[in-house]
Amino acid sequence: MSELLLDAEGLYLELKRGVQRLLTPDTALVGIWSGGAWLAERLAADLGLAAGAISSAMHRDDFGARGLAKADHTTLPFDVNGRDILLIDDVLNTGRTTRAVINELFDYGRPQRVQLAVLVDRGGRELPIEPAFSAARVTLGPDQKLRLARGDDGRFRFEVK
Amino acid sequence: MLSKRNPQLNKHGELIHLLSIEGLPRAVVEQILDTAGSFLSVNDREVKKVPLLRGKSVFNLFFENSTRTRTTFEIAAKRLSADVINLDIARSSTAKGETLLDTVANLSAMHADMFVVRHSESGAPHLIAQHCAPHVHVVNAGDGRHAHPTQGLLDMYTIRHFKQDFRNLTVAIVGDIVHSRVARSDIHALNILGVPEIRAVGPKTLVPGDLRDMGVRVCHDMAEGVKDADVVIMLRLQNERMNGGMLPSSGEFFKHFGLTPEKLALAKPDAIVMHPGPINRGVEIASEVADGKSSVILPQVTFGIAVRMAVMAILAGNEA
Repeated sequence: MSELLLDAEGLYLELKRGVQRLLTPDTALVGIWSGGAWLAERLAADLGLAAGAISSAMHRDDFGARGLAKADHTTLPFDVNGRDILLIDDVLNTGRTTRAVINELFDYGRPQRVQLAVLVDRGGRELPIEPAFSAARVTLGPDQKLRLARGDDGRFRFEVK
Repeated sequence: MLSKRNPQLNKHGELIHLLSIEGLPRAVVEQILDTAGSFLSVNDREVKKVPLLRGKSVFNLFFENSTRTRTTFEIAAKRLSADVINLDIARSSTAKGETLLDTVANLSAMHADMFVVRHSESGAPHLIAQHCAPHVHVVNAGDGRHAHPTQGLLDMYTIRHFKQDFRNLTVAIVGDIVHSRVARSDIHALNILGVPEIRAVGPKTLVPGDLRDMGVRVCHDMAEGVKDADVVIMLRLQNERMNGGMLPSSGEFFKHFGLTPEKLALAKPDAIVMHPGPINRGVEIASEVADGKSSVILPQVTFGIAVRMAVMAILAGNEA
């Protein structure tokens, strides 16, 4: 496979602009473990917003086949009731993780609205889920894996396998 | 007969039954503790339930009474959305003469997915695990003097919560070690997690010298046993042991091995005091200690539910 030329830092700036357009006074960012949580953490610092992190582990639909995913904690340091929740993820593919974290989110309360912004939309949806914003769209084979990595200096890059 | 391979693990080394902590890889123990951490937060939600065991049936088979342990397993299974069936086996089929394996075969025919087993005979959960249908998982909730692995794991979770790192700890286990499945499970777990000093403290009748074979330091003197300890685990003095001449009286035991504020002062200033419950105030532990600032007895109970959720969720996700 040829090396994919995705500039994660450049796309982050694009994502930040996209997120700014979606903000309301009640917006809180919720990043999906692990890449999305890193993005939400940095966006929250850059934009002065509240942010939490959410894990899909408790609501995954492949639990029966794959067992318990590495259990990262959901941490929502604010009341989700009535909030505009903006979910942040690094890569959107089938939509199954998004479905699982929406269920997880509703275990904590009833948000006013839930939207999704992603760094990369790679297509291949298996559920009716669409992001409100994606910084890039790429096409990858179903066997290829794309994930965000964070260096010791906090800078983002993509790993393709 | 038991196969050579650890019957608790499948061919990928994943946990399919929890029968004993003995022989578990460190990574599996740590996976359970890490997972329990994420289940602890389920208590913070509006919906205090997750759907991992939705549509699964957990049968609590308590051949020996234990309201508390059975209740914590029941709460854990319900927070995972399982259907829970409590069978008061001691008073039903067994009393009519049915064998253990016949009872299990019957319950399997009722589409059980998991058995939580408490039995007065050591090895009963092993036997069930060897003979139940391949999709059924077995959790040992205490068998004879052998093992009480979920108690051992919740004790490890508690120690890790308060002390973070196992590698520099001195842990004193005090009381009736020889009859205690909790002590046995704790000692195995502490060894697996790399605790450098494990002490077994109590009179010679309850703490025999051959416990040294389990990698513990045997202390027949309480002051020596708790000196500079980071963790003091008090065991319940089982009244039924008094009759066999193993102990003169509970008053005598308290005088020598009961944990009082004076004896606790010999441990490290930030030492924690644990107890698997139910506590006998004035027998093995003074009320001032049980209710004092070093006591983490009630957090143990809370952590116990998260640990049992973790065990059940991990087992349910792994195939034989």
